[in-house]
Amino acid sequence: MKPLLFALRQEPEQRLDLSKITPDRLVGRTQKEIEAIDIGTTKVGAKVGDLFKVRLGDATSLHFEGGSERFDLLGAKLLPGFSIHVEGDAGAQLGRGALGGTITVAGDAGPYLASGMAGGHIDVDGDCGDFLGAPLAGEIAGMAGGRVIVRGNAGQRAGDRLRRGIIIIEGDAGADLGSRAIAGTIIALGAAAGRIGYLNKRASLVLAQDADFGPTYVDCGAHHFTFARLFSRTLAEDSRRAARLLSQKLRRYAGDTAVYGKGEILTPA
Amino acid sequence: MPQLVRKGVRIDDSFAEAFPMSGTGLVITAPNRKWAMIAAHTMTGFATSVIGCGCEAGVDTELSAKETPDGRPGVRILLFAMSSKDAEKQLVNRLGQCVLTCPGTAVFRALDGEFEIKVGDAVRQFGDKFQISKSLDGRRYWRVPVMDGEFLVESKVGLTKKCVGGGNLLVMGADWDSTMRATEAGVEAIRGVHGAITPFPGGIVRSGSKVGSKYKGMGASTNDAYCPTLSGLGTSVLDPDIGCVLEIVIDGLTDAAVADAMRAGLKAIIALGPKNGAKRIGAGNYGGKLGPFHYHLKDLLP
Repeated sequence: MKPLLFALRQEPEQRLDLSKITPDRLVGRTQKEIEAIDIGTTKVGAKVGDLFKVRLGDATSLHFEGGSERFDLLGAKLLPGFSIHVEGDAGAQLGRGALGGTITVAGDAGPYLASGMAGGHIDVDGDCGDFLGAPLAGEIAGMAGGRVIVRGNAGQRAGDRLRRGIIIIEGDAGADLGSRAIAGTIIALGAAAGRIGYLNKRASLVLAQDADFGPTYVDCGAHHFTFARLFSRTLAEDSRRAARLLSQKLRRYAGDTAVYGKGEILTPA
Repeated sequence: MPQLVRKGVRIDDSFAEAFPMSGTGLVITAPNRKWAMIAAHTMTGFATSVIGCGCEAGVDTELSAKETPDGRPGVRILLFAMSSKDAEKQLVNRLGQCVLTCPGTAVFRALDGEFEIKVGDAVRQFGDKFQISKSLDGRRYWRVPVMDGEFLVESKVGLTKKCVGGGNLLVMGADWDSTMRATEAGVEAIRGVHGAITPFPGGIVRSGSKVGSKYKGMGASTNDAYCPTLSGLGTSVLDPDIGCVLEIVIDGLTDAAVADAMRAGLKAIIALGPKNGAKRIGAGNYGGKLGPFHYHLKDLLP
């Protein structure tokens, strides 16, 4: 069965709240019901039918033909067993609070990608905005599970307050990668800048390129890590380059000793 | 005893009587085969019988680097006990003393059961708060710093109560050498069966037991009916041409695994023939009233 298709008619004139059209909420709905859903965020309002040509199909799998950086909250609270594909860009908070499922984006994603995500698998072909996996204002912890792969570059403070889960950035990371991270794993294959792992409690940052991590990260020597081998095998299907990085001998910088200090930055020895 | 004959080997029309057990297992990996095997053998040492060892354990299969979670050579061990509590206690004790201590090793779950045992969660405190956990695909692992690097151990492993313990074969031959030859062939064949172990030394036990004793307070004593030096007495079940009896005891994760193991053992022993190997094969039971699992030899013949 073909996936439920949303073909974008034209660039939306306002930001859209797409959290209302996650696959689990569309199962069993008729075309008319789906087209009547209000996804607007302004007084003007916007119905699904105004913006998309809908073609019914297997509602467990959504396909967006054409995207926009105004597609906010796409796949929010997504449940296991469902999938969304966007042939284009996505907006802010893609996969916000997702509990499972798969989201693939052929273009770029906005800020707060995978914010508060607890499970699931997000794969972004392009770049993503700032605060990848980070909590929104007022929240204590960020992403708490699942896996995010950004094939391009990530904005500032990716992995901020990361609680659990794996973030892979194949391109460059913006300033302050892994800031205030609580736990979890961040892998960056490009360059990283700024205060890397600033106030990192016990997360693992694996960086393909060495950098100056400041005096609060202490060199603990180069080792072969069994856990890295395990990660390498598991991540091979998502990112071969990340898998290769993890299979190497890695130098361990323990930190951030300015705080808890049980975290680490690993770079090729 | 009524008998069948296969390739000149007499098969008793008897059955092995087996009992339900709780079973669990580990995959132990190391930088090379040698150290994975050392850890496995150390951990499953002194685990021949639940009577005195608290559990029965053994090596199930050796795993190539491709088959293990971390891509290093490994060994899958299985451990069985009469209760899930005993299994947990034995597994955690043995892990802490024999695998944590063994250079280079890492530990992963070998099976998903109805229950879970805290393994890494129990030994992690050895890390004195320097340990860190890593979550991967819903499973949690502990990294415990040790003097050769890190001991990686999965937080929980599976335990199942659907296991069977006490499948057995009594191999009877003319003398020690020929009987041993046949029994070793049987053990070797059983080694190839997935999910079954032979916990006794080299997979073989020579002191088969019966229930009860002439001494007060002893639950089990020598199986005099199968002792060749007592073969002239009225209680003996041995034929005049039998000079040695060896037993293979089998524990399995499932009913089918034990049956498969016995089938494989029987086939290998029979294939050797009566001249070089066993003249007769029997099975041990307690009349069929104690254990719910009965493995009739006639159903398992090749």
